[in-house]
Amino acid sequence: MSLALTIGLLIGAGVFLVLQRGMIRIILGFVLLTHGVNLLLIAAGGTARRVPPFDGTDAAVAADPLPQAFVLTAIVIAFAITVVMATFAVVGRRDDDTESDDTVGYDTGSDDTVGDDRPDGAARGAAAASRRGETR
Amino acid sequence: MTSTVELLLPLLAGVPLLIGGALFAVPGQHRLRQVAGIATLLGLTAAGVVLVALTADGSVIAHQIGLWPVGVAIPFAVDLFSALLLTVTAVLALVGAQYLIVSGDGREASSIPLLLVLAGGVAGALVTADLFNLFVFVEVMLLPSYGLLLVLSRRGSVAGARLFVTVNLLASTLFLGGVGLVYAVAGTVNLGELAGAAEDPAVALAAGVMLAGIAVKAAVFPVHGWLARTYTTATPAITAIFSAVHTKAAVYVIYRVYAVVFDGAETWQPVLLAIATVTAVVGALAALGEATMRSLLVFQMVSGIGVILLGAALFTPLAVTAAIAYMIHHMISKASLFLAVGAIEETYGTGRIDELGGLRTREPLITAAFVVGALSLVGLPPFSGFVAKVAVVLGAAEAGSALVAVVVLAVSALALVAMLLIWAGVFNGKRNAEVERRAAVARIRRREGLLDDDAVDDATVEAEVADALERNDPPRGAVDDDPHDHRGTRIPVALALPAVQLAVVVVALGLGGELLLSLSQTAAAGLIDTGAYVEAVMGR
Repeated sequence: MSLALTIGLLIGAGVFLVLQRGMIRIILGFVLLTHGVNLLLIAAGGTARRVPPFDGTDAAVAADPLPQAFVLTAIVIAFAITVVMATFAVVGRRDDDTESDDTVGYDTGSDDTVGDDRPDGAARGAAAASRRGETR
Repeated sequence: MTSTVELLLPLLAGVPLLIGGALFAVPGQHRLRQVAGIATLLGLTAAGVVLVALTADGSVIAHQIGLWPVGVAIPFAVDLFSALLLTVTAVLALVGAQYLIVSGDGREASSIPLLLVLAGGVAGALVTADLFNLFVFVEVMLLPSYGLLLVLSRRGSVAGARLFVTVNLLASTLFLGGVGLVYAVAGTVNLGELAGAAEDPAVALAAGVMLAGIAVKAAVFPVHGWLARTYTTATPAITAIFSAVHTKAAVYVIYRVYAVVFDGAETWQPVLLAIATVTAVVGALAALGEATMRSLLVFQMVSGIGVILLGAALFTPLAVTAAIAYMIHHMISKASLFLAVGAIEETYGTGRIDELGGLRTREPLITAAFVVGALSLVGLPPFSGFVAKVAVVLGAAEAGSALVAVVVLAVSALALVAMLLIWAGVFNGKRNAEVERRAAVARIRRREGLLDDDAVDDATVEAEVADALERNDPPRGAVDDDPHDHRGTRIPVALALPAVQLAVVVVALGLGGELLLSLSQTAAAGLIDTGAYVEAVMGR
């Protein structure tokens, strides 16, 4: 029961942090999330339903080795990804925000540098400007 | 023969990973990286073709890694379904690498090695028959993708890449949690031992958590929104490769798990059918509201994934056959389109539909590739889309879902509208007055390694524009104010070639539809009756 509560708490806190905008908080959120899932993996173990995989082991004193192997792998992967995410937090020029103020895929920026002096009489220019206004 | 092949199965994932890793150690050796990258992907393609040939009779090749006893070892298993997808992803990674190299992105020291690691991860995900190992390979596939998004981002802001990491990591964590739950209730994560285990509602629920995680990666409605916001932030080659690899690997997992663990249970049919249909419709509608070619195509992809998943929902032999044929067609047609619009974007410095125009008369190669890809996507003969779509509609009708058949046809009509939007804005009409200027800015930025939001000096741009107009002489009879005059920027043939090559494949698959369908039929039979797959995984 305490294990289940701990997992719930970790995942709850992790989800809360992941829902924030800043990358650093998201990274901390994922650290908590992976802890929660690792505990879940450990809790999934049990020797009751299978014979020990290697001869000469007494089932009564053996732990289920498979979840431990899972968790070990998951920890390594989580560590690697935390490092990658930390890199994502510091590269890029402005901040660690996950929502950029102008272009996130939809509205590829042709507005900067060249846009200022293009012939603006065209209705197209005005339409593009208003579209950009909406995304800001 | 087969036993040797069995022993070599781990190399499918191992060789690209090793070579990719080794190439990180030789910075500066552009030529070596390119040659080694292309050679590895050619090898992977060849291996895929060999595996297709070996499994074309419906047999399954399986190997217990490290020759550990069954149940302890991680099993690798290849049936025709995985072999087909392996071949197609290898071909698309190959063409993607070619595009990376000709577009200049291949000069980025880590791009080719990362692509190889990505290919190794995909190969592993397609051949493993162990759910936890699948999680590992999905991560192996994602980590280089994060890197590719980062090193090939041409913008100052990496917000899109951050979003990609966050969404995919959350989905992976959910998937891992699902794997843990499956182990908790079933005591195994070996797909062979899990065959039909979802009769137990607890296992079904645990596997459902897993599938929910993977559905995010497959960009299924209602968790598809991240796709268009992230795929379009890196260079076009990356969009093409990701679209072929990531979502389709996730769809593969959905098919495999649903077929083996759930045994295609009818209990879940209404849910799956609703999700697949809504995904198809929502993607097709959302595409119509997009302003750039790539984001429009990305939403079309969401729509295509809905159509592919219809097969899993209906789960009749014909429907699954159609879904597999459609998946193969969709991967290739889509990549061809992405590379075609990528070549335009690369050359003209913009992907906005309203900022281009008149390419029809200027760019015959790209126009041809786009028309082939677009008509194939819509489902017109003689392209691969026709064969696949006819099969999908027939499959739906045969399964008694006239509504689904109608939806597929409606979605095709919407795809036609979407393609016409691009055609009208980009290929037809007049040249945009600013086109030379934007192309010049794009060339200067690429030459000087600037990001998309770095300022470019006006005088330099003027000089570049004048230079481009000088270099390509007007064709005979053209006058100065002719909107179709051919001076100025043109897409280099080498950049157009990847899209054209894939367009040729699309036509070949359309003309050779018989082969595509018969292979898909065998692959589908292996999913409907998983007996052979399970036996092979269990080493019987």
